[in-house]
Amino acid sequence: MIEQNLPILPIVLPLLSAPLFVLVGHRKLVYPLALIVAWSVFAVVVALTGQVIQSGPIQYEIGGWSSPYGIVYVVDYLSAFVMLFVSALGAIVLTYAPASIAQEIPYSKHYLFYASFLLCMTGLLGMCITGDLFNVFVFLEISSLASYALISLGKSRRAPLASLHYLILGTIGATFFLIGIGLLYQMTGTLNMADIASKVNTTDGPRTTLVAFAFMTVGLCIKMAVFPLHTWLPNAYTYAPSAVTSFIAATATKVSVYAFIRLVFGIFTPQFAFEQLPLDQALMIFALIGIFVASTAAIYQTNIKRLLAFSSVAQIGYMLLGISMNSMDGLSAGIVHMFNHAIIKGGLFMVVGCFALRIGSVYIDDLKGAGKTMPFTSFAWAVGGLGLIGVPVTAGFVSKWMLLTSALQNNWWPVAILMLLSSLLAVVYIWRVVEALYFSEPSERAARATEAPSSMLIPTYLVIFSTLVFGCWTDYSAGLARLAAQSLLGMTDMGGMP
Amino acid sequence: MMLAESALTQFLGLYNYWVVIFLMMTGFYIVIASENLIKTVIGLNIFQTSVFLLYITMGKVTGGTAPILKSGDAHGHDDHGHDPHGNGPGPESGQDASHAVDEHAVNETVNSVVPVSFEEHLATGAEQQLYTNPLPSVLMLTAIVVGIATTALALALIVRIREEYGTIEEDEILELDRNS
Repeated sequence: MIEQNLPILPIVLPLLSAPLFVLVGHRKLVYPLALIVAWSVFAVVVALTGQVIQSGPIQYEIGGWSSPYGIVYVVDYLSAFVMLFVSALGAIVLTYAPASIAQEIPYSKHYLFYASFLLCMTGLLGMCITGDLFNVFVFLEISSLASYALISLGKSRRAPLASLHYLILGTIGATFFLIGIGLLYQMTGTLNMADIASKVNTTDGPRTTLVAFAFMTVGLCIKMAVFPLHTWLPNAYTYAPSAVTSFIAATATKVSVYAFIRLVFGIFTPQFAFEQLPLDQALMIFALIGIFVASTAAIYQTNIKRLLAFSSVAQIGYMLLGISMNSMDGLSAGIVHMFNHAIIKGGLFMVVGCFALRIGSVYIDDLKGAGKTMPFTSFAWAVGGLGLIGVPVTAGFVSKWMLLTSALQNNWWPVAILMLLSSLLAVVYIWRVVEALYFSEPSERAARATEAPSSMLIPTYLVIFSTLVFGCWTDYSAGLARLAAQSLLGMTDMGGMP
Repeated sequence: MMLAESALTQFLGLYNYWVVIFLMMTGFYIVIASENLIKTVIGLNIFQTSVFLLYITMGKVTGGTAPILKSGDAHGHDDHGHDPHGNGPGPESGQDASHAVDEHAVNETVNSVVPVSFEEHLATGAEQQLYTNPLPSVLMLTAIVVGIATTALALALIVRIREEYGTIEEDEILELDRNS
């Protein structure tokens, strides 16, 4: 019974427990409940992934209504892969959260934090699993609304305004997506993604198809924070509570990238997007400009949360670069970079949360000399930073190497050189913080600081070490991403799971 | 002359779509141009509302009624063949659909998406009830709920901003932030 209904559980469990938490309204009870829900969602997703690897994609018909009429949930390699790291990071960040939010969020709002957190998770997982286009919109809005609420919980008085800016841009993005869905529905008379893919005329159809695609692409680009549309992101990440930033930075933009991959490769064809339309050149140009502008901006930041936020904008560029290559290797590099960047950036923001807790500030000047008083936290920053740069034996290296080789395969020499140059920019901004931590006279605040509590250090190290693990052992990261890319491009499995 | 006339009828025939575009651009402009946060939210609302209208327009079938199965139809299923006039409440209860046509009608409620299928229907001459596609309206119910949630959240955020800064003009807030 449970085994048959497994695909619905990652959605239903957090969705139903969130209102329950509001009704209970007691922190001592809510926190363990939230932990149980988050970890059991992760367990369910692991079980689902196992099933997918063993016996191929799973289709789940909600309420027994068959495919084009009812709503189906589809778990294939790509969605299982994305759900895997979304639910894992959700569970880990939730484990890490209590000490951090005790300082940053008023006690009376803790139960609301847990409820919104689980709602955000529901939305993100839902966007991955659903096979119905309108459902994607609904889940997109569930996750967005929850994240606006979470961001506004920040301690700074600028948090509500940052959240409102995100809300306005996010709503415009989601509404653009909705317009696109409407136009597609007008063309095909169906909302099921596979059904639309089989019915939409991408070769010589009317211009409506083009308009629908344009609306959806721009809408998702806002949610992905692609370079010129990224303006909401730095403030939102900077002023949100640390635990919230860790989760949202690690997952939210990636899930939008996932939706974009689905849109391009699953519904419209790459031929339509990349050959009839010049989307590949456009993406490549915006990705490269974004990488350079955002990395340069990151170098000049004095607030490390904002520094990492700008670096996130740059990293989104790498993912899009992979997608724009329109090849098996490029696509799998883009997909695996989603995963690698999720763990690296999630881990780094968790480190920032530890600093924020003990030093009470996230400005580089205040962090000076923290390497002596907070050795474990500082070391975690160094390891995570190496991953962000893309040093060998870290996860960041794997995806950048894959990107580089596929750029060379396409004979895109300038792109490969620019990528290497942009990694140097990452060296600069990571090094500025490392230098402050280890080679500066301690600031007053850092000298008084003590090591972060183990309840935060253990989850942080779990994520930081996983960047090393997935830097050496890539069966489940690059391997799964490759299978996902193969199934997206309609190639046959070559050898199955490595 | 003929050309101008047909262009005009085409223009007027797409009346709803012009309204949609007008509303969409109005809302979008308010969002971009307005410094007052409340006005921005109102603009966002207008922008979203235009999409509701877009969906509802595309679901409309000319001459179609509300997509409600008449009790006569359901009756026909239960005990077809006798007393078809029995409980027909509407003015169209004279439809007297046979069981076969009935089933077709039921299928249509699921299938009735592309207007072409309606035309096919008219061609077969069966006296069918023509109804508007209900799905876009249902979708918009969800979108309206989303819109309300967004507006409520935005207004709540604005209340907090007002408490912190004492103003809801964006330029003044940025000025206050710069000075602090």
